[in-house]
Amino acid sequence: MMPLDLVLWLPLAGVLLLALVPDHRIAGRINVAVAAATFAASVWLAWNVLRTGPEMSPGKLFYIDAFNVYLVALTAFVGMTTAVFSRPYMEHEVGRGRVGRQRMRLYHAMYQGFLFAMLLALTTNNMGVLWVAMEAATLTTVLLVSLYRTPESVEAAWKYFILCGVGIAQALFGTVLLYFAAERRLGAEHGDTLLWSVLHNHAAQLDPAVLAIAFVFLLVGYGTKVGLVPLHNWLPDAHSEGPTPMSAVLSGLLLNVALYALVRVKMLVDGSLHTQLAGHLMMGFGLVSFLVAGLFLHRQHDIKRMFSYSSIEHMGLMTFAFGIGGALATFAALLHMTVHSLTKSAIFVTVGHAAQIAGTQQIEHIRGLILTQPPVGWGLLAGTLAIAGFPPFGVFMSEFLVLNATMKSWPWLTVPLLLGLVIAFAGLLRHLQPMVYGIPPAGQVRVRANMLPVAVHLALVLWLGLSIPLFLSGWFEQATRLISGGLSL
Amino acid sequence: MVDNLNAWLDSALQTLLFIAGAPLLAGWIKRLKCHLQNRAAPSLFQPYRDLVKLFAKDVVLAEHASWLFRAAPYIVFGAMVLSAAVVPLVAVPLPASAIADVIVLAGFFALARFFQALAGMDIGTAFGGMGASREMTVASLAEPAMLMAVFTLTMTASTTNLSIAIRHILAAGLVLRPSFLFALLSLAMVTVAETGHIPVDNPATHLELTMLHEAMVLEYSARHLALMEWASMIKLMIYAVLISNIFLPWGIASRFTVAAITVGTLAVTAKLALLSVLLALWETVLAKMRLFRVPQFLGFAFLLALLGVLTHVILETAV
Amino acid sequence: MHLSALNLYGQGILVSAALVLFTSFVMLAQTRIQPLIYAFAWQGALLSVTTALVALVSGHSHLYISALLTFGLKALLIPWMLYRMARRLHIQREVETVSHPSLIMLAGAVLVVFCYYVALPVAQLSTLVTRNTIAVSMATVLLGMLLMITRRAAVAQVIGFMSIENGLFFAAVASTYGMPMIVELGVAFDVLVAAVLFGIFFFQIRASIDSLDIDRLNRLSEKAE
Repeated sequence: MMPLDLVLWLPLAGVLLLALVPDHRIAGRINVAVAAATFAASVWLAWNVLRTGPEMSPGKLFYIDAFNVYLVALTAFVGMTTAVFSRPYMEHEVGRGRVGRQRMRLYHAMYQGFLFAMLLALTTNNMGVLWVAMEAATLTTVLLVSLYRTPESVEAAWKYFILCGVGIAQALFGTVLLYFAAERRLGAEHGDTLLWSVLHNHAAQLDPAVLAIAFVFLLVGYGTKVGLVPLHNWLPDAHSEGPTPMSAVLSGLLLNVALYALVRVKMLVDGSLHTQLAGHLMMGFGLVSFLVAGLFLHRQHDIKRMFSYSSIEHMGLMTFAFGIGGALATFAALLHMTVHSLTKSAIFVTVGHAAQIAGTQQIEHIRGLILTQPPVGWGLLAGTLAIAGFPPFGVFMSEFLVLNATMKSWPWLTVPLLLGLVIAFAGLLRHLQPMVYGIPPAGQVRVRANMLPVAVHLALVLWLGLSIPLFLSGWFEQATRLISGGLSL
Repeated sequence: MVDNLNAWLDSALQTLLFIAGAPLLAGWIKRLKCHLQNRAAPSLFQPYRDLVKLFAKDVVLAEHASWLFRAAPYIVFGAMVLSAAVVPLVAVPLPASAIADVIVLAGFFALARFFQALAGMDIGTAFGGMGASREMTVASLAEPAMLMAVFTLTMTASTTNLSIAIRHILAAGLVLRPSFLFALLSLAMVTVAETGHIPVDNPATHLELTMLHEAMVLEYSARHLALMEWASMIKLMIYAVLISNIFLPWGIASRFTVAAITVGTLAVTAKLALLSVLLALWETVLAKMRLFRVPQFLGFAFLLALLGVLTHVILETAV
Repeated sequence: MHLSALNLYGQGILVSAALVLFTSFVMLAQTRIQPLIYAFAWQGALLSVTTALVALVSGHSHLYISALLTFGLKALLIPWMLYRMARRLHIQREVETVSHPSLIMLAGAVLVVFCYYVALPVAQLSTLVTRNTIAVSMATVLLGMLLMITRRAAVAQVIGFMSIENGLFFAAVASTYGMPMIVELGVAFDVLVAAVLFGIFFFQIRASIDSLDIDRLNRLSEKAE
């Protein structure tokens, strides 16, 4: 299990190393190097799993199958590209005097800590460790949200801390109930009964009444982290007030990992309940989040806040698709997870530069980006079009598949879904147009921007929209079979 | 038949003992408090002397006093004597408690309070009305708490008959009941409020800002006052006996043998003496609270009683 | 299981469980910071007593470790940190004004009833000595949430948060005799880190709004500007 060890140890070593490096310029480079090495290890791991099938670590503490391995790769990839972006960006912030050296040390160490927490959450086989890792993901990022120490950022961090803490506490209660149900059936071999693989194998024997209660708690708990309405209050604040690289990884990765946890739980509950309870709950929460967030897009004044609402909207759509169940919807949701992560982190990178160019995050003061700095302007345009679901991009593809799946099983739900897509589309483009095309106000200056991550991400999304490479579709199919328990497409 | 008669006789004797012992308990508490507060203590029998002295005096009646004012002391005293008759003191089998259960006991208290408040208002002085209104405020909050605490007991024993309930608890032996813990605390707080002790009331002062009980009986004199005072001593005794015999029933006589009754008498004396020490300590340590805080105090007592009932349902019944 | 079917230790579990619930209510009623911290410490201590009793009755010796861990963390370390923090910020004597205190208490009692109702199917399936306390543990969680909702002082919110953690730990002990050790250590570590972070936040909030009243953290909201 070499690659798995590397995937986990590298970021952990990164935390310790970066905590000791006083110079933020060197630390930035180390951060990129560690993230790149982690990505390489994750590709190796993915390659192994793709070739030989699911892997279980000797202590049974880690379990890698088609579902989580691609998320590991995705997480490591976005972690790497965001680290590439973060280096010049944070140097610019230091230059502007928004953060000091000491806090940069914290920033870099916690960046790796966050990646570690998420990779741990993805790879672990133990539902309890999954919870611990999710909580650790909050703990590592909460000080980063308040990195600028403005009253707004402190408030956002406090809200994030309290709401996510309380929310995730519900998930622990759900986990306890899960363990309770398992122990009753499987006997008290301590340490073994909380393993997801064991639970999944015996799902049919678990008591449905307990699992139903457990699922409600877990849905509320992990749903808070996914940002499902009405548990989403922390999300726009945390995304808008923290440093932009943080927004990129929170939006592109943390939400995914939380949804991953929820889907894992759903797989267990479905195996026990044999009803659609979990699916229906997820569909309901997902649809409400999708519609509400779409409406909120219209009344935003802060560019990062706007895109964080867009994240809620897309997470809602994914939750909805996972809720529908079937093979097509699950495939669509997996694809959407990937393209959303790539697109949204690309957008936040661009938005970070745009905000630096304009010196503010207020939408009304960001004008004429294409004239001031064409790469950023075009990047923002392309990214927003991609996330809004414009045809050649991958998001269009996955949204189309979700619509298809809905049409098949819940025809009348396509109406609110289409409506929501249109509302969100209008909301995004309405704010985008003047930002990109308008006349730049005086004093808007170019900044040193590294648009390479954006270009790579958007190119990948475009590629996924035009044709899904064979190995990836095979992967998705494996994962789909695993999650929906049904046949392939 | 003879047994039955015996029981009634014993019951009557027990009630007499109750009434006669009440001033002794009051004297004992007063003595303890004096010792704790470094004051010269009056004799243990001072309350008796006070009562005798009051009975010997001539009654002075207010000009506007109606029959209600004159009748109230007798009604209040009578209600207290009847209440005392249904609370097992030294022996459990009490034929009277088959007639009147705990809810009737609460009713007797309410009756006494009602007439006391009416008498307070009857004269038409400001103090009387004020005292009556305050007393009713306290009572309206204390009564539900007391009933709720008693319900915990009755749910455990499945009866509202005090004799049977105590016998049930006695038969179960030593059982740690979380619900009883709450009920005990709640009942203790209600006792403090209902019998006019610190921190709710301080009968030793006549401060218009703080008076509760005293304001109502301010106009009474001689034998009327004596009856009122005696009644409140009996009330304190009833609460003390309830607490000690419900929550620590050990020692109480379950049959009418001389030995058992002697043990019962000794046990209840010891329990009451100990309880008085706690009360005296409590009164010495705490300061009197503002009147506006009293509802909070009693609200907490009610909450405790409620928790008692809830924990009984949640923790102590089989699922 | 009927109460009299238990031995004295078993009854002791129920008594200390009830006392844990009681401390939750005390915290809900207590508006002064310092006694609030003490009440929280008591809750931790009672929780560890409960855990130790469960270990004694059930024979699961790993619960002794959990009990020790809880005592060290929840009854000593975290209260001490909060206390020191309160001293350094000069807020230990502050009194919060809570609107409708009696109503909050009543709401707490309603929550207890609700928890009983929700936990009933779970308790009915269980065969453990502690099955009746599952509802109590859940109530501790929800009362902690109620504390967080009704309070404005940052310290009180943190105590609410930690009390939720207490409830969760209690739930694990009550329903399954504790989680696997690795999970329990992980959770304890998370709680410790959270406590440290809260401490850092007190200073950050104080520095940014010159108060620890969360109501004044109101710059971010969805209002049309």
